[in-house]
Amino acid sequence: MTFFGLHFQDIVFYTLAAILLYAGLRVITTRNPVYAALYLVLAFFTAAGIWLLLEAEFLAIVLVLVYVGAVMVLFLFVVMMLDINLDRLREGFWSALPVALPVGGLMAVEMVMIVGVRNFGVDKVAAPAPHPADYSNTAELGRVLYTDYLLPFELASVVLLVAIIAAIALTLRDRKDSKSMDPSKQVLVKKADRIRIVKMQAEVETPVAADSTEENK
Amino acid sequence: MEWLANLFGSYWPGVELTGWTLIKIVAIVAPLMGAIAYLTLAERKVIGYMQVRIGPNRVGYFGLLQPLADGVKLLFKEVILPTAANKGLFLLGPVLAIAPAFAAWAVVPFDMNMVLADIDAGLLYILAMTSVAVYGVIIAGWASNSKYAFLGAMRSAAQIVSYEIAMGFALVGVLMCANSLNLGKIVMGQSGGLLHWYFLPLFPLFIVYFISAVAETNRAPFDVAEGESEIVAGFHVEYSGMAFAVFFLAEYANMILVSILAALMFLGGWLSPVTFIPDSFLWLLAKVGFLLFLFLWFRATFPRYRYDQIMRLGWKVFIPITIVWIVFVGGMMQTPWAYLFH
Repeated sequence: MTFFGLHFQDIVFYTLAAILLYAGLRVITTRNPVYAALYLVLAFFTAAGIWLLLEAEFLAIVLVLVYVGAVMVLFLFVVMMLDINLDRLREGFWSALPVALPVGGLMAVEMVMIVGVRNFGVDKVAAPAPHPADYSNTAELGRVLYTDYLLPFELASVVLLVAIIAAIALTLRDRKDSKSMDPSKQVLVKKADRIRIVKMQAEVETPVAADSTEENK
Repeated sequence: MEWLANLFGSYWPGVELTGWTLIKIVAIVAPLMGAIAYLTLAERKVIGYMQVRIGPNRVGYFGLLQPLADGVKLLFKEVILPTAANKGLFLLGPVLAIAPAFAAWAVVPFDMNMVLADIDAGLLYILAMTSVAVYGVIIAGWASNSKYAFLGAMRSAAQIVSYEIAMGFALVGVLMCANSLNLGKIVMGQSGGLLHWYFLPLFPLFIVYFISAVAETNRAPFDVAEGESEIVAGFHVEYSGMAFAVFFLAEYANMILVSILAALMFLGGWLSPVTFIPDSFLWLLAKVGFLLFLFLWFRATFPRYRYDQIMRLGWKVFIPITIVWIVFVGGMMQTPWAYLFH
């Protein structure tokens, strides 16, 4: 099915690519950091759409789940909490530019040299054959990950685990002066720990003759 | 049909597919909206009876038209934009709250082959969509430019992100048993009567999943995001009229969604509990209805959790439980008793 010589997939791709480029550009040009974070969310979401076009549905959904659903939420959390002074952030712009421009330019040139048309052009990387409808990208990925790439996969997970432990160890400071409750102790509290029942002789009212005459006066 | 096909010429297959998909979407969304409307009534009635009150009984018989009256009232109320609010994001908030709540329904199967999109990674898709729903709350809270709304948004964001982990781990157990991410296949993996449903071998995960689901939808006793007694109404305190109602539509749609997911993954979906009664969509309805009743029951009976207790429950209780049980299930699958876990 073609519209004006374009396949439907092409139209979807160019639309998503345009949105992705716009969102990516706005991430670095917008002045409000909250907007920048939200544009980054849009960029991730659109990138997931492009991955879906590549029949990589597992990666696309995980991109949304992990980056949009968790990482960016925490980003927004921090960005919204901080009172960021935009003018102070931007004041070093012109003085940093002479250094930043060559570095950025160099990075761009390097990237073009590696992922440019010369290495990843249409003649180098042919379009993959479309898979049948019952092909499961998820199952295929799992199979490769747990057989051919088992060692790198496990190594990567150990590295991540080290990072998690390091991050927690760096931020977890046991302050001596902070008071906190121990819920397990709270739950284990019995009646006997908190109240003491005192057995007492009941008070008995004894009418006194002298008092009653006092009152009658 | 014929003249339509001629009208569109070579585009007809695409147009036909789009048309059918739209009709199916309407066939899911319209009853869902009705269910949401009557869930609000059911909530007020059930909680009313639990507290020895009558609940709404003025509009229609037994108050049956109350949801319509509420809807009409909210439609005619003015949507007030706070002066210092961020206008674009303020209006985007409700949209982002409700869109994922409905989008997730695309992969929910209602019966054998009765599903809009029978995709392989259905469960992941639902997890992704429900995790996107938190943006509605955060953006609404931030764009309102109000202390209470912002506090509510922060609480909600932290809570949803925390409980998502426990919820995700609980689902990993289901994946291990079913060997599939496809919701239809997960249900069919439980065929054979009540004893084959996953809630038995995965009982701790079922409990963790359902409690996390209550926390994830910001329902009592985990409703600190609203916390009327402390922060007025949390993230939607500045909203009025239909914009306010949209947040409630999203909340109830999410309630029904997590209930139907619990029914599909742990309670055998549309499968009948005994083999001599045929499987039917009605079973699914009954299971979802029961789980929704639990939501209302919780709200009527439990006091609100303290915030640090919520965080402790999520991180220090639920996540260890799920990890231990996943390892246990994985271990058991290597033993002769593996059949118990399939």
